[in-house]
Amino acid sequence: MSKKNEDSPEVATGQHYTTGNHAAAEGSLAAGCKFFGGYPITPSSEIAEHMALRLPKINGNFVQFEDEIASIAGILGASWGGVKSMTATSGPGYSLMVENIGLGLMTETPCVIVNVQRGGPSTGLPTLIGQQDVMQARWGSHGDYETIAISPSNVQECFDLALECFNLSEQYRLPVTLLMDEVIGHMSERLVIPPKEELTIISRKKPTDPPDKHLPYKADDSLVPPMATAGEGYRVMVTGLTHDERGYPDLTPEAQDKAVRRINDKIRLNKDKIIKLEEYMLDDAKTAIVSFGTSARAAKGAVNRARKKGIKVGLLRLITLWPFPDEKIDQLADQVDRIIIPEINYGQVTREVERAAHGKTEVKGDFRLGGAIHTPQEILKEIERN
Amino acid sequence: MSEEEEFQLIESDVHPLDGYLREGRIPHIFCPACSLGSVMNIIVEAIKEAKLENKKVSVVSGIGCTGRISGYLNYDSFHTTHGRAIPFAIGLGVTDPERKVIVISGDGDLFAIGGNHFIHAARRNADITVICVNNFNYGMTGGQVGPTSYKGQYQSTAPYGAVEEPFNLPDLAASCGAVYVARWSALDVRRMKDSFTEALLKKGFTFVEVLGSCPTTFGRRNQLAEGKKILEYFHEKSEIQHGADTKTVGISKDSKIIVGKFIDIEDKPTLTDNLMAVQRMSKAKGK
Repeated sequence: MSKKNEDSPEVATGQHYTTGNHAAAEGSLAAGCKFFGGYPITPSSEIAEHMALRLPKINGNFVQFEDEIASIAGILGASWGGVKSMTATSGPGYSLMVENIGLGLMTETPCVIVNVQRGGPSTGLPTLIGQQDVMQARWGSHGDYETIAISPSNVQECFDLALECFNLSEQYRLPVTLLMDEVIGHMSERLVIPPKEELTIISRKKPTDPPDKHLPYKADDSLVPPMATAGEGYRVMVTGLTHDERGYPDLTPEAQDKAVRRINDKIRLNKDKIIKLEEYMLDDAKTAIVSFGTSARAAKGAVNRARKKGIKVGLLRLITLWPFPDEKIDQLADQVDRIIIPEINYGQVTREVERAAHGKTEVKGDFRLGGAIHTPQEILKEIERN
Repeated sequence: MSEEEEFQLIESDVHPLDGYLREGRIPHIFCPACSLGSVMNIIVEAIKEAKLENKKVSVVSGIGCTGRISGYLNYDSFHTTHGRAIPFAIGLGVTDPERKVIVISGDGDLFAIGGNHFIHAARRNADITVICVNNFNYGMTGGQVGPTSYKGQYQSTAPYGAVEEPFNLPDLAASCGAVYVARWSALDVRRMKDSFTEALLKKGFTFVEVLGSCPTTFGRRNQLAEGKKILEYFHEKSEIQHGADTKTVGISKDSKIIVGKFIDIEDKPTLTDNLMAVQRMSKAKGK
């Protein structure tokens, strides 16, 4: 980012040549993020560094906490203080955050967590790519829940989708994960940030009834209750315990059923509105590539090369990983003879595609276990293999 | 004078704490003779005494018996995860410098699983008042040994007596930078209220330790099975030493229990002050 742009307010309108990590930070600022709580971890630290530089200029606050557990707890607190908040981390840090992500899901707290993935398990490959946290983003916390995770494939999308994560988290009231990877985080590309008035910014719905009549967890047909926050006179009562519409703990099977069903259904029933996909040359395809993040870039290159050779192949790029696009995969399984899934893990999305394809087509994963990306040639070889 | 004449029953539909407690949540879950009911009462009295605007008060708890207090209080109240009340409170607090955030939780929550957050919040001089009700054990889970259990104390996971050194909480708070540190036993209700009030009116990281009575899971195993016995024990052992060197206030089985106000420091920049300063620096010319 140039000096000039760093001096601009929330929205750094203009053309930039920058990294995915900085773009994700700018997208968050453009979305209205005013609090960042985080802990340094490679390969995400540039997001924290950029927020430390930018937030104070726009009357926001940056706190470097003592660990990732405190970071996620802090951003939940800030969200209940009425501001949009975020953190950024990588796999090991995300592992530490999952309990409080569960608190965010149960208490319906909007916030954004960026996970710039590296190779795992454990300390793994701190400075190298992985895409191994796909399942963790879905199932990391205990209990039944639906969640949203989005995966950018280029620097522009790091901006656009960080903003989208905030919009979704505010609209549906839950922690949303921007699931980046090391290559996207560190690569430099062109980024165009539009003027503020051209951006769609969504903020949480506020209650309109008076405090003495207000039921903080009573939802209308959207299944998402309006959110009163601290200091507004509503005397909010927030607990991770199973609670009733008043927010009071109610540890009965009936209350559990009602509460857990609703926090799941508010995502399940809106799946079609949430899911974003890119379809590339799929119309006449007999082979489909399903990929996401950095892997999808190489996959697109492979599709271009294969098409030149006259092979009918296309790409379905999963921008939204969770909720998973079951219906789209099901349709694709009817259309194509084979689905190939290049991913930098040992079969996390492949497993989902197998499930959603219902055995109607051949499903084949093309795995890298971390530290390197697929080349288009390697994926092309996979396409040409019969 | 007969007993009947001495004690007059006051009939009233109004309770002094009406409006300050969430009536729909009463009765509370605390055991008979547990001191948490009184502590809860005293917190409200202190908030009233400090004349804080109700809208500007938030109460944050972790998990455990004491952690349940937040949910009975009729303020913006947050019952978070085990050990994480303090960082939640920091995030909540920095969003509005006018907000008074009170963390009320137990010794296990704040000093075992949450110990790291406590020391860093004190170091940062975060603008929160932390009230720890130290009942010397994990009550809600059935009486296990904890980080403040004294040597020789019997608990379900210390059937031969606790063998580890306990934390000296006032000293820990003071050495990490807390600007206000006091300790009272559950018996000292008026002094406790004064300390709570002072802590609430002070900016920065303020800490009050309350030695709580837990007859059910602490007392039963340690010859103090009745609430009254624990209070008598506090009465017998307590000695007020305002300004005592916090290094000398550790609690052991047969020691005196030193109570009082130990630390009260003026004019130390708080986390909020520092964040505001960063905002000013970021906007200074040439930055």
